Amino acid sequence: MPETNLENITTSTGRPLRHEEVVVNVGPQHPATHGVLRLEVVLDGEIVVDVIPHIGYLHRCFEKHAESMNNYQQVVPYVDRMDYCAAMNMDFGYVLAVEKLLGITVPERVEYIRVIMAELQRIASHLIAAGTYGLDIGAWTPFLYMFRERERILDLFEMTCGARLLYNYMWVGGVSHDLPPGFIDKAKDFCSYFRPKVKEYNDLLSYNDIFIRRTANVGVLPADVAIAYGCSGPVLRGSGVDFDIRRDDPYSIYNRFEWQPQIGRGEMGTTGDCWDRYMVRIREMEQSINIVEQALNQIPDGDVFSAIPKRIRPNPGEVYVRTESARGELGFYIVSDGSGSPYRVKGRSPCFSNLSVIPEISRGCMVADLIAIAGSLDIVLGEVDR
Amino acid sequence: MENFLRSILDNDFFVYLIIGIIPLFWIIPYALVVIYLERKVSAHMQDRLGPMRTGGWHGWAQTIADMIKLLQKEDIVPAAADKKLHKLAPFIVFIGSYAVYAVIPFSSQYIGSNINLGLLYVVAISSLAVVGILMAGWASNNKWSLLGAMRSVAQIVSYEIPTVLSILVVVMIAGSLNLQDINQMQSGWFWNWFIFKKFPFVFIAFIIYFIASLAETNRTPFDIPEAESELVAGYITEYSGMKFAMFMLSEFVNMFAVSAIAATIFFGGWNSPFGSFMNGPLWGVFWFLTKGMIFVFVQMWLRWTLPRLRVDQLMYVSWKVLTPWAFACIIGVGLWIVL
Repeated sequence: MPETNLENITTSTGRPLRHEEVVVNVGPQHPATHGVLRLEVVLDGEIVVDVIPHIGYLHRCFEKHAESMNNYQQVVPYVDRMDYCAAMNMDFGYVLAVEKLLGITVPERVEYIRVIMAELQRIASHLIAAGTYGLDIGAWTPFLYMFRERERILDLFEMTCGARLLYNYMWVGGVSHDLPPGFIDKAKDFCSYFRPKVKEYNDLLSYNDIFIRRTANVGVLPADVAIAYGCSGPVLRGSGVDFDIRRDDPYSIYNRFEWQPQIGRGEMGTTGDCWDRYMVRIREMEQSINIVEQALNQIPDGDVFSAIPKRIRPNPGEVYVRTESARGELGFYIVSDGSGSPYRVKGRSPCFSNLSVIPEISRGCMVADLIAIAGSLDIVLGEVDR
Repeated sequence: MENFLRSILDNDFFVYLIIGIIPLFWIIPYALVVIYLERKVSAHMQDRLGPMRTGGWHGWAQTIADMIKLLQKEDIVPAAADKKLHKLAPFIVFIGSYAVYAVIPFSSQYIGSNINLGLLYVVAISSLAVVGILMAGWASNNKWSLLGAMRSVAQIVSYEIPTVLSILVVVMIAGSLNLQDINQMQSGWFWNWFIFKKFPFVFIAFIIYFIASLAETNRTPFDIPEAESELVAGYITEYSGMKFAMFMLSEFVNMFAVSAIAATIFFGGWNSPFGSFMNGPLWGVFWFLTKGMIFVFVQMWLRWTLPRLRVDQLMYVSWKVLTPWAFACIIGVGLWIVL
């Protein structure tokens, strides 16, 4: 990125030259913002002087709604709608928190089903992230290739629970439906089908020269800044921080599988640039396929409904559970007053923290870079605003 | 052709009117076909089907339906726009692209105007679009439009230089700016085409010309003026209905114009690749359109494969890569001719 120090340019009498700055609104209705994010951008020509993100266009009072539900289970559909691109991961985090509050353990089969679903959902979510990122850079075709594969994941979900986007699948103490007959074979087929496709994405997009030029060394997020802003997930790992809650604070049965968290290594430029964040997602998809394959091979038989409580009425207390959603550290803080409905539900949104670094890393870049940076953070506004 | 028309019509005005209108009879069906083709090509490259319903067989009537829809749309001029300029801009852009066809030889017997400065005229008149684009961007009174127009003007003006320099390579070999003369020099078998002369200089010049012409027609990877993910739609953001269609039409007209120039000056134009086999005035039209459409297809192919460059990278490619190489070609060919 060229260093633009505009203040040093002066007239012969020493007066700094004034540049005319324009304020443009990128969003809330703009083809490049994923969802209804509004970026108030101060531009000096093509150079971004400042960025002020405005959020709240998709605020649906999730936390307040959760308090007035008369059952903990009824919150799950609302949780689905937080990160609608990774609804299974959202469900997973919430039901784990309620189960910890209740102190119940779920059958083995349920644990495996949940991990399979969560990892398939992670692939589906990363496919959207990488595909729309290509779209932001101007490449149309990879987007549709990735949606083709996502379609097959959604078919698997539809086969299991009938829904394709918002599943309400994971229930407190179990899941809504057992795996249908033929699911395991179909999922294995998908795994073997998907592996070669990752190479296709790499050929078409990841190692495309123009794509590398557009993303390498752009929007560099140093590791210390990423930690200071509370970034998590692929954004944090893209900056070279080896931290994945699935490995470092394992929940469910993640400690049983062989896989490697992927970190950005700065192969094409600086560690923590847009290319690293993008590539972490592509590599994570392969790791998720590893987990899914292992889980499919190990899954035991059993009754998935046996642990579902008849009445959810936890003892007074509070609990915080964090899980690794497709976009980072998803936390649920739940306070119970002993009644049937939660006293307080707070969601810790990974996208909110990830979004907050935009002004930090995009000052001085160009308009096109700003779009590349926003895309590489992979924000879902449903989760930021809740 | 001109003489034939003169023999049946006694008024010169009608003769020139007919000659002037003939390219339109190509452009209108061409635009309908090529927009449909763009959709189908993109769809099949992206594992989709594209339009399949309108008109029955593979959605062949989709473009016609779209045209009718655009004609019916309300003609919106933003309240804060400079209304005269806003209305005028699409037509100036279209005139700029259409006027190029005046000197393009469709066949040995048909050329709009057989002037001696054909290539110079092409270079000059195609820049007229810049005025229209800047008018559109300024008159829309929209920051995105203005940014898009600024980018577009900077881009077209920069890429004109490598275009002209690579054309100059051919002019040095041909010794003429007249496109009909250039075509006649390439008659015979395909190894007489200029692309195979003075290897590799003309070949490099062709590559430079093709890349630069992509930029001049605002096609991917150089479509930053209308980069939909950054600038909404660039200078056409505030246009709708038929005026939007005029911009689209001129983009497609331009695509064929640059392809036609490439076919004419590098690939023998209306000459058959096989000597006198399938050669003649009517076959000439066939060969010319085929060669042109191949380049149009390559442009589509690139569009649906490549991402988009950034503004500074775009300028870098023009000034630091294409222009020096074009100069090198000129020097190389010049030395070859002299020695």
